[in-house]
Order: sequence, then C-alpha cells, then structure tokens
Amino acid sequence: MMDLTSQYLPIAIFIGVALFIGGALMVAPFLVAVRNPDPEKVSAYECGFNAFDDARMKFDVRFYLVSILFIIFDLEIAFLFPWAAAFREIGVFGFWSMMVFLGVLTIGFIYEWKKGALEWD
Amino acid sequence: MDSSVLYVVAPELILAIGAISLLMLGVFTSNGEAAGRTVTWLSIAVLIATAIAVFQGSGSSLVFGGAFVSDGFTRFLKIVILIGAALTLLMTFDNFGRAKLLQFEYPVLVLLATLGMLMMVSANDLIALYLGLELQSLALYVIAAFKRDDVQSSEAGLKYFVLGALSSGMLLYGASMLYGVTGSTSYATIAAAATIPEMSTNIGLTFGLVFVLVGLAFKVAAVPFHMWTPDVYQGAPTPVTAFFAGAPKIAAMALLLRFTQAALPGIAPQWQQIVIFLAIASMVLGSFAAIGQNNIKRLLAYSSIGNVGFALIGLAANNTEGTAGVLIYLVIYVAMTLGAFACVLAMQRNGRNVESISDLSGLAKTNLTFATILAVLMFSLAGIPPLAGFWAKWYVFLPAIKAGLYPLSVIGVVTSVVGAYYYLRVVKIMFFDETAEGFSPPEGRTFAVMALSAAFVVAFVLPFVGGTVVDAATAAASVLVPAHP
Repeated sequence: MMDLTSQYLPIAIFIGVALFIGGALMVAPFLVAVRNPDPEKVSAYECGFNAFDDARMKFDVRFYLVSILFIIFDLEIAFLFPWAAAFREIGVFGFWSMMVFLGVLTIGFIYEWKKGALEWD
Repeated sequence: MDSSVLYVVAPELILAIGAISLLMLGVFTSNGEAAGRTVTWLSIAVLIATAIAVFQGSGSSLVFGGAFVSDGFTRFLKIVILIGAALTLLMTFDNFGRAKLLQFEYPVLVLLATLGMLMMVSANDLIALYLGLELQSLALYVIAAFKRDDVQSSEAGLKYFVLGALSSGMLLYGASMLYGVTGSTSYATIAAAATIPEMSTNIGLTFGLVFVLVGLAFKVAAVPFHMWTPDVYQGAPTPVTAFFAGAPKIAAMALLLRFTQAALPGIAPQWQQIVIFLAIASMVLGSFAAIGQNNIKRLLAYSSIGNVGFALIGLAANNTEGTAGVLIYLVIYVAMTLGAFACVLAMQRNGRNVESISDLSGLAKTNLTFATILAVLMFSLAGIPPLAGFWAKWYVFLPAIKAGLYPLSVIGVVTSVVGAYYYLRVVKIMFFDETAEGFSPPEGRTFAVMALSAAFVVAFVLPFVGGTVVDAATAAASVLVPAHP
C-alpha cells in the first residue's frame, strides 16, 4: 500500500505545482491589475455589435432526429476503418461478421425510411 | 468457424432473425392496428420456437472463445425467461388494444430484450455480459416509455434510462478493474487469478467486485439500489410492468449467480458479505415500505424488491442447494408475479383500468372467481403453506441455515411475517369490506394467465408439479456449482 502511494508521489507533486501556478495566475489580476470600468468597457462585445437576441432559442426537434440518425452511420464508418485495415488478418470470418453487422444496420435504415424519419415534413 | 457453433447458439439466432423479420413485416404492413396484432402473435410463436430450440440442446459447450456458454443451468433459466416473456405478450392485447398502443414495435422490442436476456444468461465473459445487459436494457428503456403521450410513462422511461445508464457505468468501471487486476475478461481466467491466496487481499479485485455487484444490484432492484423500481413500475403501462417484474429479474439473477460462482469463487467470503447485506436490506425495505402503499402496482413493486431479497438468501448460502433454491424461487416468483399482474390488468371498470387497492373493496361479492384467484396469489406471496410461495422460501431458507447463516435466516422469517400483513390486507379488503362497483369481466387471455398462475401455485405441492421444478432446478444448479467445492 505504502509502495503504491510513493509511486504516485511525482504526480501528486505535479498536481500541487499546477494548482499553485494556475491559482496564482487567476488571483494575481484581481490584486495588481488597474481597474477603471465604464459602460462601454463592461458591455458585451460581439464583433463590434450589441448582442442581437438571446442565445437560447427554440429549434426544430427534427434536427435532433437527423443528428441521432447521422451518429449511427458515422459510427459505422468509424467501425469500418479498422476492419478494412485488418482485413488481411481476419479473413473470411471477419468479412462475414461485418456483413452481418451491415445487414442489421440496413434493416434499421429500412425501418427509419419506411417510418418517414428521413422526410423533413 | 466451425458450424457446430451455430447449433449451440441456435435459440439466440432464431430469436434474432425472428425479431428482425417481424420488424420488417410490421413496417411493410400498412394497417397499424392489424400489424400490431399479427406481429404480437408471431412474436409469441418465435418465443415458443426459441424455447423448443433451447429444449433440443444437450450437454455443455463453450463457444466464441469461451465467451458464450450453454449448459443445463442456462437452458433451465432460458426456458423460464421465454415462458415469462410469451405470457406477458399474451396479456398485452386487451390493455394495449384499448389504449391504442397495439403497435408492432412493442413485441419486437420485447423479443430484442428477451434476446439480451438469453445472452446475459449465457454470458461467460465480462464483455458478453455487458453486451447482453445493454441489449436488454436499451429495449426496456424504450418500452417503459411506450405510452409516450402520457407524462408518467415518459417519466418512468427517462428515470429508468438515467439510472440504468448510471448502473451500467458502475458495472463497466468494476469490469475494467477486474480486467486490470486479472488481465482477462474471461470468467475462467478471472476465477483462476482470484483463487491465488495473495489475491484475496488485493484492493483492485475487491473494488472491481463491489462495482460490478452494485451495477447488478441496480438491475435486480436490490436495496439500496432500488429507488427507481416503484416509480418505474407505477408509471410504465401495466403489461410492460408485468414484463419488467418477471423475465429481466431472472436474467439479472442468472448473471449474478454465474458471475459470483463461476468468476469469483476464490473470494467468496467477500461477495457473500455484500449479498447478505443486499438480502437483508431488500427484505426489510420490501416488507416495511409496502405497508403504506395504496396503488397496487407500487405494492407489487415493493413486493418484488422484497422477493429479490429472499432469492439472494440462496446465493448467500453459496452451495448447490442454495443455488437450486434461487432457481426454484425465481420460477415460483415469476409464476406468482405474472398472475398478480394479470389480476391488475383485469381490474377495469367501463373500459378503464383502475389501480388503487381500495377499488378491490368487496370484490368477493361481485366476482368471486377473480377474488379467489387474487386471494390465492396473495396467500402464496405471503408464504402460507401449502402454496408455492411457502416452498419458494423453504428452499432458500434451508440451505442458508445449513450454511450457518442464522441471523440472515431469522431476519428473513421475521420480514416475511411483516410482509404477510400487506398481502393479507388485500385479501381482507376483497372479502370483508363494503362492496364497491364491480369490474368488467376479465378478458379471456388475461384470465387464462390468472387461472394458470393460480393453478400452478396451488398444484406446486403435488410431486409431479413441484417435484419436477425442484429436480430440474437442482440439476441445473449442480452444473453451475458442483456439490463438492
């Protein structure tokens, strides 16, 4: 147990030093910087304009649906890359495993298509 | 790949291909209501076909690099799970038909959840365990919120999802610890590593064990990880609740049994402590918290928490009889719970379901058959001999006493007496209280499940019913835990 802790000592020291420097840099401006606020200085700055409206606005729930559907096929591609790279080693078994996976995914795609999830209105 | 592997996983293949084909059938049928009806019937057929395929299997085989096991233990539990799932589907027609919820997605999701459960039962590797668990859970989250224009149902789905995700996270964290310490995700390698004497004091191993058990306790709703149960059971549509209370519990208990007894027999004293605590806490909370409930679904939720506590006693005993006790308990629990939920589904007036216990008032005068069936189930849940519920408790308490777990057994008996109060209160309300307005006559299929469940509970004492279950469970348990450790 003691042994384990001593192995982590350098990391603990590093965290301590990082915390000290980070903290010092955050506190220092409050103590040493010149502060002389006026209305123009404290107003929100957005490319030279005043803010147009609230950043929290309503958006169509269908964006959410599209992004969810996108994620699935995005991950599929991410999964295909290592498969393609290792294709020489995994052989016939690997090929058919991926075909089964793609088949299941296609079933899901047919379902969402028939359900009308891909139509905007 | 050797084609004999396909025979071993034939039940899972049938279920997977069945679920996918039915999804396609449903989505290409234009009439929604008719599609829902057809797909539900066909799903029941797929479940039966899967059960037949499970029945055909023999011997024990390890496939996919030892990640998937098929033996007497898995076959016993798979059959129980498949029967439970098929009966719950049979009960959905009436309720969902009236609520305009008879859509084909529901039976397909039930099939996928059941597939996940079969994988959980057969998991012999931490990764296989997680895959099965997630397939099951994801399908269950969706069906909890199936009545999506209802606030309670959506809340139930969301709550179940958030807490389920949390528990999966904990389980994965524990699994990563176990992998880190033992260098493998396979149960066999973990077991070999954990048996080395120096490992019994290894912090990483204990850490992993605790986190995995926390994750699994969430899934079986053992106290103190039960908070989601009453809300989810109450909020989800009743046929869904009936499904939740049955098959998933069995699958999660199977996972717990195999994980503790096949992967970590080497540090049994450590997990026994945890299991004993979970058992005591579940039994106490399950019996005391149910007393104040007025909603029958909440009452049954607390009842299921208590029942998990009783089943865990058998696991705490850590021997063949104890494991057999857990299996017997699960079979009887599923039979009683399905019957009780069929009764809840049959509680309807003017085409609307009622869920309050006071609605049962004086039922014996308006519908004696219904009242008698519910009374039998309540007596059985309370553990009154010679009904099945008594034998369920008998077969878990006996091994616990033999293993010297006296405090646990005493607390179990005491809480079972406390629990009897609220079960018997329901009987008293039905038979001795003022007569309320009667219910509409139960729908045929729901009534069949009620009657079947009550008949099983009464007939369990007969050797060819109870004896068969006990023999099968003992044979299944001795596959997992050989008689001489």
